[in-house]
Amino acid sequence: MNRAMRDYLVFLQRCGRIAFVGDWRYYAWMGALTVLCLVGLNAYAKQLVNGLITTGMSDQVSWGVYIANFTFLVGVAAAAVMMVIPVYIYDNEELHDLVIFGELLAVAAILMCLAFVTVDLGRPDRFWHLIPGLGQLNFPASMLSWDVIVLNGYLLLNLHICGYLLYCRYRGRKPSKWFYIPFVFVAIGWAVSIHTVTAFLYVGLGGRPFWNSSIVGPRFLASAFTAGPAMIILALQVIRRITDYHITDKALLTLRGIIQVSMLINVFLLVNEVFKEFYSGNLHVASSKYLYLGLHGYHALVPWIWTAIVFNLVAMFLLVLPLSRSLKWLNLTCVLCITGIWIEKGMGLVIPGFIPTPLGQIVEYRPSLNETLICIGIWAFGLLAYTIFLRMSVPILQGRLSKATEGRPLPAAARP
Amino acid sequence: MNRRSFLRTSAVLASGLAALAASLSPLRDLGDYTTLDRFVQKYYKELTPEEMAKVLKRIEAEVERQYGIRPHVRDLKPMDGVEFVYALNLTRCIGCRKCVHACVQENNQSRTPEIQYIRVLRLPHGSLDIDNAEHNYAPESVPEKGYFYMPVQCQQCKNPPCVKVCPVHATWQETDGITVIDYDWCIGCRYCEAACPYWARRFNFTKPSIPKDRLNPDMAYLGNRPRRQGVMEKCHFCIQRTRVGRYPACLEVCPAGARKFGNILDPNSEVSYILRTKRVFIQLKEEMGTSPRFFYYFDV
Repeated sequence: MNRAMRDYLVFLQRCGRIAFVGDWRYYAWMGALTVLCLVGLNAYAKQLVNGLITTGMSDQVSWGVYIANFTFLVGVAAAAVMMVIPVYIYDNEELHDLVIFGELLAVAAILMCLAFVTVDLGRPDRFWHLIPGLGQLNFPASMLSWDVIVLNGYLLLNLHICGYLLYCRYRGRKPSKWFYIPFVFVAIGWAVSIHTVTAFLYVGLGGRPFWNSSIVGPRFLASAFTAGPAMIILALQVIRRITDYHITDKALLTLRGIIQVSMLINVFLLVNEVFKEFYSGNLHVASSKYLYLGLHGYHALVPWIWTAIVFNLVAMFLLVLPLSRSLKWLNLTCVLCITGIWIEKGMGLVIPGFIPTPLGQIVEYRPSLNETLICIGIWAFGLLAYTIFLRMSVPILQGRLSKATEGRPLPAAARP
Repeated sequence: MNRRSFLRTSAVLASGLAALAASLSPLRDLGDYTTLDRFVQKYYKELTPEEMAKVLKRIEAEVERQYGIRPHVRDLKPMDGVEFVYALNLTRCIGCRKCVHACVQENNQSRTPEIQYIRVLRLPHGSLDIDNAEHNYAPESVPEKGYFYMPVQCQQCKNPPCVKVCPVHATWQETDGITVIDYDWCIGCRYCEAACPYWARRFNFTKPSIPKDRLNPDMAYLGNRPRRQGVMEKCHFCIQRTRVGRYPACLEVCPAGARKFGNILDPNSEVSYILRTKRVFIQLKEEMGTSPRFFYYFDV
């Protein structure tokens, strides 16, 4: 037992140390991200002292970019399942050794989600009121309590699966199926649940007709399964470029097939939504009017949402054309998908729900500089976390960081 | 480790810590954001009477330190056999907003930025569609021809969406029908503010500020004691008054007699009479199923 404990601690310690070892490009990248993190932390310290008045939010628009980014990133986290399903259910060979990079992306995305909800709290010092047993978690009535449970559960599931597989590889042991396969299958269902519950946060509010629509949940999933794998396609190419980890074009094209279908469904659901809102023409269309056309001279979101729609449509056409089989076009498509969905799922979903208010008042929202800096800081933190995860996992998967190499210096360069 | 790499590591570590400290430097102004006592304070419903007595003492001392006035803070419980109901006569309301300001004064709302629980809407004759409401009307004198006025505040729903969505039970409905907030338990997620169909909830986006000479020292724990930065608040039917048999401040100040308040369980109360005899009364957004305890009615 003691020996196993010692082995595990050495593993953790070596993983921790390798995060600080690399070539000059690695240091430059990590240094830049650290600076951005600190800038964000500084902005958050100001927000903590002065309150959320430092943001652009108001009693009229009481959620802003924090919750928008949170919503988008829950989707990114859920999308890891789009690599897990092909590998574990359809035995896809190409993606088999890559699935862990998707799961690690999910971990990083969840960490960012947790950071985004924390910075949105008026009293972060009272977070313990949410802890069951210690506080007063309003489960099952409050959808937010469901979200607390499913997000933290998903984080633990993925940490376990990735951690276990990496440790086995490090030890040069074959992973015991009973120790991770059941968790993988739980995680598949769980991934769908995190995004469904997040959609229900909005759908459950009867006083906000823009959100109170049963199509929000399915649209969340369709857009998440587009933007998430698009991010993974880009991430895998970065890994392939920087390390010599074996990633085939065929694997990337498998993911292309997934975002192809998801984007078609996403656009189809959008058409459904827009038709229902505008054709029937009842009074509840005010928020949609504000979003797409502008309302009573207010139209801050109009350029944004049309950018998103154009990006999504162009991406959809590129995806169905054979053109996007070439990586150059595929990458462009991925960037369009990610940006389009980030706008539409973030600002395009959260903000118009508040405009006009339930009493018919129109107050617009623009994120403040301080608020934007906090967002940039959290994104930098997420990238930092993901880079560290990759810095640990790639050498382990390649066998260059293993129990056999204990005592030898850590592999400094990304390529041997 | 040789001397050179030791020096290099130390230099990197030292500059990293310095950068971290610099980025956290605004926290020096955190002031009395929280104290140990406040951090560990229990949930309202879990406080024993002795603990509550101590908490009330502490709050009194804190208010005295900040405002120089010793307040009287009570934990007033709902009365048996009482369910409060509000009735507002739309024929009489002249839109003067005296209720708005009396409420701010009575309930110790922040003055800069000013938080108001009551929003008076100006609507053109003939329609209750609040998408046509004017919030910022400012004529020379009221009432204006062709308009009527509708004050909106917390509707004290029988089926309150805000209570359902709160992740920590920081807001709940009491037996006398008043939905209250434990200001010391709220985590400030503003989910209730998104859920309320009446836009009745307000958030303390910064530290509330009240001039010392304007503080109302007659306070209740679940009512008008001063709030802190980062928590929700809203109309609570003036708990500190109504639970000891007085009328809400907005009713007392109304020059038109448009506001009526009382116990619906008492068949002889004024509100019982109104709801029994008026041919039409309105529950705002009735289709929401929230079942407000706030009724609008007309004389004719």
